Parts: sequence; C-alpha cells; structure tokens
Amino acid sequence: MSLLDIKNLQVDFPTRRGVFTAVREVTLSVEPGEILGCVGESGAGKSTIGNAVIGLLEPPGRMAEGEIDLRGERIDNLPYEAVRRIRGRKIGMIFQDPLTSLNPLQTIERQLVETITTHLPMSEAEARQKSIDLLDRVGIPDPEIRIQQYPHQFSGGMRQRVVIALALCADPEVIIADEPTTALDVSIQAQILDLVRELCRERQVGMIIITHDMGVIADITDRVAVMYRGKVVETGPTAKILGDPDHPYTKSLISAVPRPDVRLKRFPLVEYIESAGDARKALDISTHWLGQARDFSKMDGPLIRLKDLNMRFVTKNAILPKNRVYLDAVKDVSFDIEQGEVFGLVGESGSGKSTVARMIAGLYKPTGGAIHFAGGELTAIASEREKDIYRRQMQMIFQDPYSSLNPRMRVLDIVAEPIRFHGLAEDKAHTEEIVLDLLEHVGLGAAAAIKYPHEFSGGQRQRISIARALATRPRFLICDEPTSALDVSIQAQILNLLKDLQEELGLTMLFISHDLPVIRQMCDRVGVMRNGMLCEIAETEDLFENPQHPYSQHLLELMPRLEVLSQEGLEVEADHPTGAA
Amino acid sequence: MAREEIGKSEAAPASSLETGYERLGFWARIADNDVTYSFLRSPLVMAAAGITVTFILAAVFAPLVAPFDPFDPTQISLWDGKLPPAWVQGSNPAYFLGTDDQGRDLFSTILYGGRISLLVGFAAVFLSMALGIGLGVAAGYLGGWFDAFVMRLADVQLTIPGILTAILINGIARSVLPIELRDELAIYVVILAIGFSDWPQFARVTRAAALVEAEKEYIQAARVIGLRPFIIIVRHILPNVLRPALVLATIGLALAIIAEATLSFLGQGVPPTTPSLGTLIRIGNDYLFSGLWWITLFPALALVTLVLAVNLLGDWLRDALNPKLR
Amino acid sequence: MLSFIARRVLQAFVVMAVVSLVSFSLFNFVGDPVNNMVGQEASREDRLQIREELGLNDPIVIQFARFLGNAVQGEFGLSYRIRRPVSELIAERIPATLELVFVSALVALGLGIPFGVYTGIKRGTFASSTVLTVSLVGVSLPTFIIGIGLIYLFAVYLGWLPSSGRRGVEEIGWWRTSFLSIDGWRSIILPALTLSLFQVTMILRLVRAEMLEVMRTDYIKFARARGLSEQKINYGVALRNTLVPVITIVGLNVGGLIAFSVITETVFQWPGTGLMFIQAVDFVDIPIMAAYLCFVALIFVLINLVVDILYFVIDPRLRLSGGR
Repeated sequence: MSLLDIKNLQVDFPTRRGVFTAVREVTLSVEPGEILGCVGESGAGKSTIGNAVIGLLEPPGRMAEGEIDLRGERIDNLPYEAVRRIRGRKIGMIFQDPLTSLNPLQTIERQLVETITTHLPMSEAEARQKSIDLLDRVGIPDPEIRIQQYPHQFSGGMRQRVVIALALCADPEVIIADEPTTALDVSIQAQILDLVRELCRERQVGMIIITHDMGVIADITDRVAVMYRGKVVETGPTAKILGDPDHPYTKSLISAVPRPDVRLKRFPLVEYIESAGDARKALDISTHWLGQARDFSKMDGPLIRLKDLNMRFVTKNAILPKNRVYLDAVKDVSFDIEQGEVFGLVGESGSGKSTVARMIAGLYKPTGGAIHFAGGELTAIASEREKDIYRRQMQMIFQDPYSSLNPRMRVLDIVAEPIRFHGLAEDKAHTEEIVLDLLEHVGLGAAAAIKYPHEFSGGQRQRISIARALATRPRFLICDEPTSALDVSIQAQILNLLKDLQEELGLTMLFISHDLPVIRQMCDRVGVMRNGMLCEIAETEDLFENPQHPYSQHLLELMPRLEVLSQEGLEVEADHPTGAA
Repeated sequence: MAREEIGKSEAAPASSLETGYERLGFWARIADNDVTYSFLRSPLVMAAAGITVTFILAAVFAPLVAPFDPFDPTQISLWDGKLPPAWVQGSNPAYFLGTDDQGRDLFSTILYGGRISLLVGFAAVFLSMALGIGLGVAAGYLGGWFDAFVMRLADVQLTIPGILTAILINGIARSVLPIELRDELAIYVVILAIGFSDWPQFARVTRAAALVEAEKEYIQAARVIGLRPFIIIVRHILPNVLRPALVLATIGLALAIIAEATLSFLGQGVPPTTPSLGTLIRIGNDYLFSGLWWITLFPALALVTLVLAVNLLGDWLRDALNPKLR
Repeated sequence: MLSFIARRVLQAFVVMAVVSLVSFSLFNFVGDPVNNMVGQEASREDRLQIREELGLNDPIVIQFARFLGNAVQGEFGLSYRIRRPVSELIAERIPATLELVFVSALVALGLGIPFGVYTGIKRGTFASSTVLTVSLVGVSLPTFIIGIGLIYLFAVYLGWLPSSGRRGVEEIGWWRTSFLSIDGWRSIILPALTLSLFQVTMILRLVRAEMLEVMRTDYIKFARARGLSEQKINYGVALRNTLVPVITIVGLNVGGLIAFSVITETVFQWPGTGLMFIQAVDFVDIPIMAAYLCFVALIFVLINLVVDILYFVIDPRLRLSGGR
C-alpha cells in the first residue's frame, strides 16, 4: 500500500461521435516524500489523471474503470461532500497559470484563512498566523504586509508561490502539480522547482508533477511515468528512463529533446510520433522556382545592419507629456547579420527580442535608430510601393500556429496570397502550381491545398506558415519562437525542416527563442538580450562554452543540463567537440 | 521558363487537387456540422425556425394567401365593421378572425401587417448592421483618432436609449417632410429611424472582435506580406468578425420588429391606411373596453409569436456558435 | 482615484455638450422658431422684431453659447403648444416619472438578479430551464402589449386596480408623490410592473451569462480544488466577481427604464415626462423635445458616474492602481 494508488484508471468523454477514452489502464503510485513525474505530449492524457484524482473531471468526462486509493482507502466513489473535504485537506493541487488561479477580488489573507478554516479546527487568528508562517516559508518577503495585498500586486513568480502556499495550507499529504512552471521564465522556474522539492522532502508530501518538459523531469523527479495516447508506456526511476529507455516511444521522445550540451547536425528521424505527412522533397535552388528571378542586387557586407535601434511604448497616456509613463522595450540595439548566417536572439519574456524582430519586419515603427537591409535603409523609406521591394525579400514565421493562419481561408489561398500580391506568377494556373509545389517541399503534400487550417495539427500548420513565408522567394527569414507552442517531437521536425530549407536556399535567418538548447541547435551567432538591451554577442559555441557577460552566465546556469539523457542515435556536428557528456 | 521546369518535375500537380483528397460534399459537410447537430437536437428551436419561415412566406405571398385585400377600398364596407371571430355569436363566417373598426378582414390585415413588420425589421437591421460593422471594423483595426471618434459617437448615442432615438428621428423627419408625402414615405422614415438607432451595438461588438483579430498573428503575417489596410480589413478581419454580428443581427431583428410595432402603437409609425401589427393593436386598444377584444388580441398574438420565434433562434445561435459552451 | 473620477466627469461633460448641440440644432433646423411662436397671421415687421429679440440674427456660435447657458439653468424657453415655460412643465412631471422608474427598478433588480444567479448556478436543472424559457417570452413581449394585457386582466376583467392615471397624489413641497396613500400605490402597481417586466428578463439573462463566464475561470477551479464549500464558491467568489459587469448592465437598464417609460406612460396615461414627450413629438413642440433629450442624457450620465464609482468599491485592481 502506497500513499496514493491509482489502479487501472480509465476516463471516458462521451461525445456525439462516440466515446473518447482520454486515459486507459493507468496504474501509478506515490510514496510519502516522493516526486513522481508524469510526462507526455499534448493529448497524452496526463492532465486528465490529475483531475480524476481530485475528482474535478471536466464534464462530461467520467471515470469508467479503476479505482483511486489514498492510504489504502478508496476515494473515487465517495459522495460529493466527502470528496470536497479531501480536496485541499488531503490532496492539494497547483495549476499552470498563477495569473488566473487566484480570486482577484480577495486579499491573499482571505483566501488562505478561508481555506485553512474550511479544513482545520483553527480560529481566524491562528489561521492567519499559520498563513504568515507559510508565506514566509515559500519565500515571500515581508509576509505580514504582503498578506493583506491583492493578487494583482504580486509578480508572476510570487503569485505561483502564493498558489503553492494555498495548496499546502491545510497540510495535505499529496500534491498534484499540473505544469506548475510552464507559464514562468527560466530563472523563476528554477526557483519554484527548488522550493517545491524542498517542501516535498521536508513535509513528506507525495507529489505528482505533470509536465511536457524533460528539463523539469530531469531536475526534480524521483520516478517518471511516460504517457502516450492515454496510456502509460513506461514507468521507472528517472535516471533509468531518461538514460536507458526501453520503450520505442520514450526513445524517440528523448532523441527529440534539444541538447544543451552538444550541437547536432539534425534531429534523428523521429518515428512513432505524428507522421509528418508525405516525406518532403528536397529542392535544388539552381533549377527551382524559388531560385528563379531572384532579382536581389548583389551586395557585399552584412545583409542586415541595425544601428542604435530604440522602441519606446507609452504604457500610460496622459495629456501632459511629463505625466506619461513609457516603457523602453528596446534600447540602443545594434548588430549585423551576415548573408547566409543564422543569427539567434535569446532572452526571457519582456527582454525585447520579439520587438526587435517586429521592427525589422516593419510591424512596429522604431522610435529611434536605423535598419539597413540589402543595401536600403528601411527606416528612411516612406512610400509603400518602394517598401514592397524589400518586403518581398523578407518574411516572417510566427509563434502560435493556431492564430497565424486565417481560419476562413483555404490553404491554397493562404499560401498564394503573397504570390498574388507581389505578382510573382504568370497566371492563376501558375500560382496554383507554385503553391502545390511549395506544400510538397515543406512536407505537407499537395492535397493540403484545398483544406482549411482547422483540419491540421499544430506542427502541420507551422509548415503551412513556412510555405507562405517562402512564397515571396525571400532571402531573409525571421523566425519568432517558431516552435515554442509545439510538442518536442514536432519541434524536432520543424527545426529539421528549417535547417534543410536554410541550407538548400542559402537563407539568412533571424531566429528568436527563449530556449537556449534550441538556439544552440539552430544558430551560428547569438545575441543575449535583457530588459531591452543587448548584453553579449558571440559565436554560438563560444557562448555556450565560455559566456562572458554575467547575465549570460546566469542564464546558462539555470538551463537544465539533461546530462542523463540517452545519446542513442545522435549525430553530433563534426567540427565541434562534444560537451559535458 | 521556370514554369516548364516545374511542370516536368511535378507529376501533374493540378490533377492532385481533384483526386488526391477524399472530401465530403457540400451538403454532407453541412449535415455533419456542429451547429446543424445542435439544431436537429432541439425541437423548440426547430419549431421556432418553422414559425419564422412560415411568417416570412406568409408575408411574401400575402396577396395570394389572404382572402381579402385590406388596401382595396372596394372590398371594405363599414357595414361589416367590428364583427367578432367566426366561433363567436353574431359573426360572419367569411371573416374568420373577425373584422376591425373599418370592416377590414382581420386575418388578411394581419398578413399584410406582418409584411410591413418584417420588411421594416429586416431593412432596419440591415441598415444598422452595414453601418455598425463597417464603422466598427474600421475603428477596431485602424485605431487612433478614427476609433476614438466613432466610439465616442456611439457612446453619446447610447446615452439616449434606442427607442427614444427612433422616436426622435422619426418625429423630426416627419415634421420636415411635406404633408402630402408623409404617409407615402412613412415606412422608409421608420426604417431609417430604427436603423440609425441601433448601429452603436453592432459597432461595439464588431470593434471588440476586430481588436481581438487584429492582434492575431495572421494579420501580422498579412502586414509582413505588404497587404494594404483596406484589403486586410475586407479579406481577413471582416470574415472573422461576422459571427458575433450575426447573432446580434438575429436579436436585433426581434428588437427592430418590436420597435416598429411600438412606434406604430404610439401613432408615430406607418399610417392607419396601411396598418402594421402595431397600428392594429393601437386601433384595437381604443375598442378594448367596449368588448372588441379580437382587434387587439390577434395582432398581438401574431406579433409576440413572431418575435418569440426570432428570439429563440437568436438565443440558440448564440450558444451554438460559442465554442466555449460546447 | 480622484483623477479617474475627474476624467469621468470630464467625459460626462463632453457627452452632455454633444447632446446639447443636438437639441440646439433641433431648434434651428426643424421648422422656423418664429413661425412656431407667433403663428401665421403675424406681420412681417413683428416677425423681424421677434427674430431680433430672440437673438436669431446673432452668429450661430453665440446662439449656441446662449442656449448652453440657459440649458445649464434648466431654461429651455416656452412650449410652442402650451405657452408655458418648459422648465415648469418638466418640474411638474418629473416626480411622476421618477417614482415610476424607482419602483420599476426595485422590482427589476429584486427579481432579475436573484433569478439570474440561481439559473447561473443551477445550470441545466428543470427549474432553471423553465425560468429561462419564461424569460425569453418576457424579452419577446413588447412593453405596450404587457401594459394592455395587465389593464385588461386587472382593471377590466378583475376590476382590482385602476386602469390608468395617477391618483392619490400628496404634496411634499413641490414634489407630488403617490407613495403616501393607498390609492397612489394602487395606481402605480400596474405601470411599474409593466415597465419592469422587460428589464427583469433582460437583467436575469445577462446576470446568468456573466455568472456562467465566471464559473469557467481558473480561480473557480482552484477554489474547488482547495475544497471550499459550494456555498463559498458560489456566493463568496463567483457572485462578487460577477458584480462588476452586472453593475454596468444594471446601470444601463435603469437608464433604459426612463426610455421605456415613454411607452408605459402612454398606455396608462401616466402624467409623467414621457407622456409629455410623446405629445410634444406629435405637435413638433421643439422646446419640450430638446429639454427632454437633455434630461434623459443627464440621468444616463449620472447613472454612469455612479457605476464608475461603484467599480472602485468592488474592484481592488482599480482602487489600488488609481484607475486605468
């Protein structure tokens, strides 16, 4: 008998098209003081397990099979009131987004005291004292003062600490944490994980961490359960699963994780996961349409040159200029991107990296500085017609595949739009021909053309976005976090595709990411940004092996090392020595 | 030249459009749609749709369906005035629902009145929709002073409730028109009055939706391609904000029908010579105390049934089109 | 907070200025004011003199400034039809309208909010779907039909209540109230009910929609996961978070009552400002129309101000950041 036993769990969601089984034959257990990781990609059913344990399945979901035991006593068939008394008291829960998890209209104190007095025989004063102690324990400074504040007065990381305090305040024996650090920046993520681990050991709480992030798993879990399509395919000690996996799914999942320590040629071909559609066709730039009529003027020197770029937003408007509040999103940023180079920008949220990309793409007008591109000064051109010449040479791929395609247009029209606008094809039939060809080159197959975006998965949509970006025959591609909304295995596919296209077309790229391992896989040179300023520019390998700026060192320290990961089947880039492994 | 080379390397790409993809037919897609599904599952909504369609058909074909023409003075005789419905003593079976004070057949007059109610309703909603959506989308996407101007204008107009605005516009327009044209143009004046009184609602809803869409990355992608604002608004934003506007239009139709009836009831709407449902109720109200209940009751029933059916449809449409509630 | 309220007051002034501009244009562009004042038989000289006296020959900006100055003092000139100062006419009739609106608002809020909360919490039960269906009928009933129906039932058929008019009025200073006598209450019941019924259903449905919206949020889910009782979740967490949007709705609806009082007052021959307005429209009595327009706008603007201030009381995010 363990602290928490999940036996043969099956959860069904009846829909009008039949019963959808989100989770089946899941058997897991947690001991006191143990951290169990539950890892899998989206749709694997990992969150459903957490919701089933605490009895909060979204309707119409229901437990169809199995049982859940807490200290040997069955809890899944109890009446509502009994389950309610277990929630918070015996089993606590932490959700992903600390910004929306707290009631905005109550002070932290009210929320803590209310939870404590609901479950424990304490007076208001005792509960308040306990709350203050707890806030102190989860690392909130001046708890006596801050307890009287409202959630909006706390930063994201601090709010997640409050959420943890709320989950712990009635001394539960089990905690279920559903993606507890996904919404947070790396540096805060590391602190929160440390805190969670300490609390778990100190209070002998059993914990299930549900996550898609191998870094989190490697960092704090004792054991791991790997989930795939509603089933647990493999369970075992963390070191064993990550270092020497048995199941082919686990193997391919691990091989898709971007390595922080080595640079790979490309990701090994990931089998077992969503098929990429038809195998993509390699293309030869010397004969292909994409290489034809490239009326780019020959030039020497860098393709892009940024000089003292500034962007200042007004965050609070006022009639008098002195009362206005500004935010300097980008401050005096200068760098060059050579032709054919992949230049990376890395930084935490709010560092200004996306703002730089948007200024280059012409979505924001800089408040100061100059952008030189392909021999022209973009910031000095006023006429739309003249801008079109440069726009055609420069395209952008966005972060969110679910919002970057117009849901009311067919894929054919989406990809054809830039061709039509810039008049790159001779006639209608020619346009169609080019679109179908492009779709094959991004690995989708021509049949995709007459479907609508909602018929595709996230990874496939990102391929459509890439096809649309290629349709103007660009020489420069801006990728703004192109894979951060995707699962690891899909991310590996898209990164491979971008690598192939970059090589075949000789593209110059600006690659923006918050994810250092991804940067290492993709970029030749990197700039590190913080608070709108550029801290350091270095060759990628130099940065990772020998960072100069203290902030770069700090970021690299926080990066999960993932040394335990299996190296099976990886092709390491030849001219660089392997890192720590 | 590039084209020929692609042609060679491709295995007839054009044909793959037709053959490569097994595709549901248009009607099969409609039948498989979630909205259709929720429609077919709710008998109340189906009944509402049936009633609405019946009303529309009856209005369109009123001259064929109605036993009398209430606008033809030769068919009306005061001798037949104030006759009760067929099942009440003292009635004339030719007039099934009885007659009004002028001797017009009530059933026929209701049919023709419904015609006016629906015409005014649809035309007014169309007017306010076109105005509101156009201004709202442009305001949401363009922002700046245009947005500020349109929205402040909407705010000011919302300060005066819609029905008051309609009464006001209607009253003023009538007083400005020459007397001989007043009755003739009354129906257009009513349409304008109601249409102009309701546009801020549409503008607000579409502006909010346009703001959400404008933030999405597909709009940014369109801007990176170089598309001009007008094309972006028409091709990308407009099709994506029509859903909420459609829901609003259904509810707006019900409100416009009520507004027309209210104006006519207050004596501000269409003249008694071409009675709408509201006018009939107004006439009937004068005779209610003398026991001629049918002149009020039947037009009122018709009006309420129509509005209720439209409201039911709007209510269902709002839920069916809202993915969060599914 | 002060700056926030100051900004709202400023906005209110702008709105009032625009509405006054509309009223002012009514005077100037609809019909000839001189004609309206003296009738057809006046001589040309008389007309010119009146024009001069009324200041109609002054530049339009000065005329507007004068109009504004008068309007601020409640001065809208003489009614064309009744030949009495509009301010006097309105002052006489305001108590009737405000009392009617007040009683209706109480009924609308007292029924609408509890039913809305109930149907929002007890989603999908038989009772709440019945309430919802009935409310849809309520939304579909035009105010004047409700009025006629109630008159027929309670006044004609049952004979319990008077069918029209305002009886049993007592005077407190210049304010004539119907709250102090049984007759007064008897005559206000039917019109108030008529006026409130549409608003009851409107408020009910909007409150329910907001309640459902809040019930879907993460903090409700987290509150459940902490084992708080349903009682606390529904009334402590959900209801309070619903209040902010609900107050806006309620504000707008109370304003809506004023508008619909035009219809109710006509049906019941209730001697309020709405009835006066409708009669004015019939005779194109511009001074009364203009004054009524300003009166309604003023009430709306005041309600909106109250709503803005209430936001501060309820929402700490506004209170603590000093407003957006």
